[in-house]
Amino acid sequence: MAPVACSGRAVGCLARGLQAEPALKKYDAIVIGAGHNGLTNAAYLAKSGLDVAVLERNDYIGGATVSRELYPGWTYSNCSYVCSLLRPELARDLELPRHGLQVVPYGGGVTFKRDGDYYGNYYDHNRQYREMARHSKRDANAYERYATDVMKQTRLIRPYLLRRPPDPTSLKLRDLRDLLGFARSFTEMGEEGLADTLKFWTKSVGDYLNEYFETDVIKAHLGGTGVIGTALGVYSPGTAYVLLHHYMGDVDGNVGSWGFARGGMGAVAGALAKSFQAFGGEIICGADVDRIMVSHGKVKGVALRDGTEYRANIVVSNLDPKRTFLDVMDESDLPEDVVRKAKNFKIRGSSGKLNIALDGLPTFNGLDQNSPLMLGDMHFTDSLERLERAYDDWKEGTWSKDPYVDMLIPSQTDPTMAPPGKHMMTVFVQYAPPRINGGEWTDADKAGFEKSVIDQIAAYSPDFRDLILHCETRTPREIEAEVGLTEGNIFQGELTFDQLLFNRPFPGYAQYRGPVRGMYMCGSGTHPGGGVMAAPGANAAREILMDLRRPDVVPGGYADD
Amino acid sequence: MTDNYDVIMVGAGHNGLVCATYLAKAGRKVLVLEAGDSPGGAAASREFAPGYSVSSCAQWLYQLHPRVSRDLKLEKHGLELAARDLASVLLDVDGQHLSVLGPLAEGGRLGGEDRDAYKLFHEKTLKYAKLISRLFESRPPGLVEANLADRFALVKLGVRLKLLGREDMSDLMRIVLSNMYDLMDEHFDSPQLKALLSVDSVLGSRMGPRTPNTVFGYLYRRVGEVFGYTGVAQVKGGMGALGEAMAASARARGVELRLGSRVRSIDMFNGQVTGVTLASGGQLRAPVVVSNADPVTTFEKLVGFRNMETGMARRVSQIRCDGGAAKLHLALDGLPRFNGLEDAQLAQRLVIAPDMNYIERAFNAVKYGEYSAAPVLDISIPTVSDPAGAPPGCHVLSAIVQFAPFEPAGGWEGASAAAGESHREHFTRLVLAKIAEYAPGIREQVVASELLTPADLERGHGMKGGHWHHGELSLDQVMMTRPFPGATQYASGLDGLYLCSAGAHPGGGVMGLAGKNAAREIIKRGAPV
Amino acid sequence: MTSKSDQTMMLRTPFHNRVAAACELNAWGTWKGYTTPTAYTDVELEYFAIRSTTGVFDLSPMNKYRITGPDAEACLNRMVTRDVSKIRVGRVGYTVWCNDAGQVMDDGTIFHLGENDYRICAFARAIDWLHWCALGFDVTIVDESDEVAALAVQGPTSCAVLLAMGLAGLEQLKPFGLTTFPFEGATLTVSRTGFTGDLGYELWIAPDRAEALWDRLFEAGKPHIIKPFGSDALDLARIEAGFLQAGVDFVPAESAVRNGRSRSPFELGLGWLVDMDKPVFNGRRALRREQAEGSRYRFAMLDVDGNKPAQHSFILKGANKVGTVTSAAWCPTAKSNVAFAQIEMPHGAVGDELVAEIYYQRELQWTRVLAPCKVIDAPVFNPPRRRAVPPGSF
Repeated sequence: MAPVACSGRAVGCLARGLQAEPALKKYDAIVIGAGHNGLTNAAYLAKSGLDVAVLERNDYIGGATVSRELYPGWTYSNCSYVCSLLRPELARDLELPRHGLQVVPYGGGVTFKRDGDYYGNYYDHNRQYREMARHSKRDANAYERYATDVMKQTRLIRPYLLRRPPDPTSLKLRDLRDLLGFARSFTEMGEEGLADTLKFWTKSVGDYLNEYFETDVIKAHLGGTGVIGTALGVYSPGTAYVLLHHYMGDVDGNVGSWGFARGGMGAVAGALAKSFQAFGGEIICGADVDRIMVSHGKVKGVALRDGTEYRANIVVSNLDPKRTFLDVMDESDLPEDVVRKAKNFKIRGSSGKLNIALDGLPTFNGLDQNSPLMLGDMHFTDSLERLERAYDDWKEGTWSKDPYVDMLIPSQTDPTMAPPGKHMMTVFVQYAPPRINGGEWTDADKAGFEKSVIDQIAAYSPDFRDLILHCETRTPREIEAEVGLTEGNIFQGELTFDQLLFNRPFPGYAQYRGPVRGMYMCGSGTHPGGGVMAAPGANAAREILMDLRRPDVVPGGYADD
Repeated sequence: MTDNYDVIMVGAGHNGLVCATYLAKAGRKVLVLEAGDSPGGAAASREFAPGYSVSSCAQWLYQLHPRVSRDLKLEKHGLELAARDLASVLLDVDGQHLSVLGPLAEGGRLGGEDRDAYKLFHEKTLKYAKLISRLFESRPPGLVEANLADRFALVKLGVRLKLLGREDMSDLMRIVLSNMYDLMDEHFDSPQLKALLSVDSVLGSRMGPRTPNTVFGYLYRRVGEVFGYTGVAQVKGGMGALGEAMAASARARGVELRLGSRVRSIDMFNGQVTGVTLASGGQLRAPVVVSNADPVTTFEKLVGFRNMETGMARRVSQIRCDGGAAKLHLALDGLPRFNGLEDAQLAQRLVIAPDMNYIERAFNAVKYGEYSAAPVLDISIPTVSDPAGAPPGCHVLSAIVQFAPFEPAGGWEGASAAAGESHREHFTRLVLAKIAEYAPGIREQVVASELLTPADLERGHGMKGGHWHHGELSLDQVMMTRPFPGATQYASGLDGLYLCSAGAHPGGGVMGLAGKNAAREIIKRGAPV
Repeated sequence: MTSKSDQTMMLRTPFHNRVAAACELNAWGTWKGYTTPTAYTDVELEYFAIRSTTGVFDLSPMNKYRITGPDAEACLNRMVTRDVSKIRVGRVGYTVWCNDAGQVMDDGTIFHLGENDYRICAFARAIDWLHWCALGFDVTIVDESDEVAALAVQGPTSCAVLLAMGLAGLEQLKPFGLTTFPFEGATLTVSRTGFTGDLGYELWIAPDRAEALWDRLFEAGKPHIIKPFGSDALDLARIEAGFLQAGVDFVPAESAVRNGRSRSPFELGLGWLVDMDKPVFNGRRALRREQAEGSRYRFAMLDVDGNKPAQHSFILKGANKVGTVTSAAWCPTAKSNVAFAQIEMPHGAVGDELVAEIYYQRELQWTRVLAPCKVIDAPVFNPPRRRAVPPGSF
């Protein structure tokens, strides 16, 4: 289905051909891709006084932070769908609220059990205790310890979100100083606290949860977060960190809580774009970059597929590392190790998405329609074993037959998503492989994938199927084709420890600088990684400004929260 | 009150014997108490059928530290190798076997590119293994409450890392956390080569090639090469002979070794270890007790959770130590014939694992408490090099079988899905059928068979969970977190009690380093005052 | 199925109907998810009921755990710092318990109900920790928080009230004693305990007898001037009596996110609860080390000059900040301005003279006061009637 409307929400992006003398214009910097990180990066460069252009292949901006009206009257956040990780320091500094962004927290959440019962996750602490205690008093009590322990890890990592990762192989003063700071925050945890941190980072989410809880459904409810967007199972070491990655955000200081961007996730990109434009930046849509031009080891600008060239001494790529180095850059312009590292970079597709227009609010087994549990994330996988088996399907090169879904109905909270009385449902699906048994996804595969998800939901909601007005199904194939995310990986690269911090995207290039002078990276493929955080874009801007010897206009993180 | 021993060692496993010998060498009066009738622990031989004997747990020697071997004068005390520098051979149904020994990979369907790539890979990973091996040769450093020695160790590690060069250093820091599957795909095309190396990364553990951390498992095994082993070696008389040689060395140093002497408990008074109580009832006193038992057995059974603080008991109860490997022993009335293998090649290490996905699928089962329908096998036919293990003309086949749960639902004697068969019988038949795909006539040659499951290993060797390494060797349970925070550096966290088993740093495998490092620590710290 | 979890936000205690009827101010707070009154009529008047007649506090939300089985004593003895074997059947003991690092997880009371039968009352939820503590012991642990309703009956006339209610012989019950009475076909357990520092008792009963108990109590108490009191009055009374409150005066160790924010019993002035002669108990190794190497902080009870409560104040020694106040109040009976503070060693010894930096506002104007204060060695309120047996008629 063709897009009915482009919603950057009243963002005046210039269509190609409407600008004057494009080939002659030389910018201070060009950002490839109008994803949220590209826009954030561009906004800071522009704020510092540079003449910046953002080139976007699609007719609309946002990348995976997008709202689209694919069915008249309904708005889909058809890629990313909830908001918590967006750094408040950046939202405030770039005046995103003034530019139209409002993030509304949602409560609730529920995992339905096969036996007809469910586990509900209430926003209110006491109520959540009671619900958990209904399943196990011990688990309800252990949850307090769990929350404390996870918070310890969260506090450790949060101050590093708005900083570049130190390079442990470097002997430069700044890196050594960063490393020392790192070491200090580690030693503050104490001997056993630090040992716990080492264990946490190398452990599977399943093993981690087993240390606290005894109830399957509670472990499954909490554990799903450890594999979202990741081609690993709940028993794979390293997934406890992925859990943390989803906990480290906040809505107005409530660490770990999530919200909806009013108007869909496109509102985030829209506000960023307006902020950028307010600083004098220029967004050019329909500009499909063919290659980054390099001459004598220096960046010269970019060339589009239609032959148009834009000149700039600084080019920032918001694309994922594979697309950046293996697609828009010429192998002959790159050192051998970068090509090899880019080829080996893990960016596996593991998830899919269904966006559904509903004629009304569906009912779910055992749950009152007015229950606050309906407002949050809903799941149908009630044990770690079922989660793990869903991953086994991915390993075999097929979509999960008993998929894990992260399903929300944002129209219960945000009235702009659907007409009154109607609803919009977003269904994130784990797992979907990038290729089916080694081959491309076919339409039949896509239909099979869609069926497995619809069947999963319908098994718990008798009226669901009849309420469906329209369903957009996105397998990794569609995500890659539309958004440009290689293999449809939502994080622009796996969040495994071999690809985090100084390893992200790969060793030697983790500080946003590319291998060619004037070339930078600012996407989620760089530290601190995926999610609508905007931190990579901001951190990259700080490095660029430093290289240009311009004042740092990028804020640091808030302390001790 | 004392029985005049400076140290009582609980268990005569190889690390216990190594530790005891070093302590005796330093002038300590050491008593070693072993429940079994022979020394060696998991380095043991047993007659599983009349006239047929086999290394009942570990079957290859490939990591024993040369310093330990030298210091204990093991050759003088009877250690003899029946064969060494044995290649690993990945069996192929069509006889296109791939063989790997040291930097050389050949045969199979290996292309020239992969052969060269393997040489480079071998060289690079050997460098990494060398660095890791240095860490294995001393106690793990403290992190925050580090003393001068710890700081020095950390600095040394840092310097060694830097000395690797920027590229290799960052490469090591990246891959050590990652999984074998992806690393193999990065380097090679040959499914056989990828599979053979992957087997090394998951042997004895509950991980598949896709599991992050398995590269560490691979480097862990490669440490053997740093210690002088190209390929694997076979001990004459089976691994039990190694145990005997170590026992002889210990006795020669004045260690008193009592076999058949089961320790019921490690005794504490006022937060301090006082000695042990024997199953037979007697009590023995010493200011220092060293446990060669695995950490869970040591703390839960021997000390007792009630005699330690709750946080420690919680730590112990959270150690992951369920085994994933079983052992199959076959008594054969003749030499088996494998498609495409010469008889002489049968002395080598034979591996069945056609490709990485095969291993991964085999692993899937154990996640759900089931055994693999198509298991991974690491096969030894020890009687080829050492005919004394079987009646004349007869042979023994010994195979490490992965993956097997500690116990399937209903227990190993419980009814399986196959009609009329227990799980034990069913799994034995599956493994035999798998071997028969490569050695078609083998079923007719079987005179007797024995399957040792993780549950059997727990019973037979007192290893909790039947885990070879006394606790999973995954990154959250190694180095400064092995066996658990608060009990690293061989001091157990209980005054006077030390740990020297594979459950302590550096971990499992017949290396002798846990025993050696522990001895050094005990000598340094001495008895509590 | 809505009954499962989509009930009202708040729980109600078994006394709720009576409490709600008495709560004229309609001033509600929450305690462990239960709706509980912060005040019924007037905090001041409620406080004076405790100190002059009889006050009644609904204690039902308190965490209560039952530990039974052959190893019950051994298990508790390993868990808490004091020697449980010295708490005989029919006695109650106040104690703290630590984690392995010797940091206080909580304080509470242990009721020795019978042979191998204990109840432990705790501020924080402890069922998870109790299960960990039970590893290696033959014990059964039950969370009976919801199965036991409780009232604190505190004040000089409290014994008279309960005697009037028919609890004959209660006057012989010693402080921290425990006894039972038949009550409407059930068992009423009475302990001479409380959190007010005054003569007082706590009554424990099955929830279905709760309203009957309330009614009988208030009927019998009428001539002795009985009043219910809320959490605000209780807070005042406990500060005056020198009682610490978990979550206010210290952070329960396992809920502290930041390293170093928890405290040891020595640092809370509760060293007298630690029996180092016990061979093993949680925190022993760390506490022994602390004894050898010294504590980081000291608990100090401060007598503050003036009448401005030193809430949230910094404590200064000269120009240096050496501590912070955790609880503070003007104590109406003792006529004294008390603050509890955590003082960095070596400061804060009894007699030490310090300064409290107090901020207060009057009609929106904030004022900073540097009030001299002195570390005192005992609570400002500690009347003989609290210990007297029989308590006599006051």
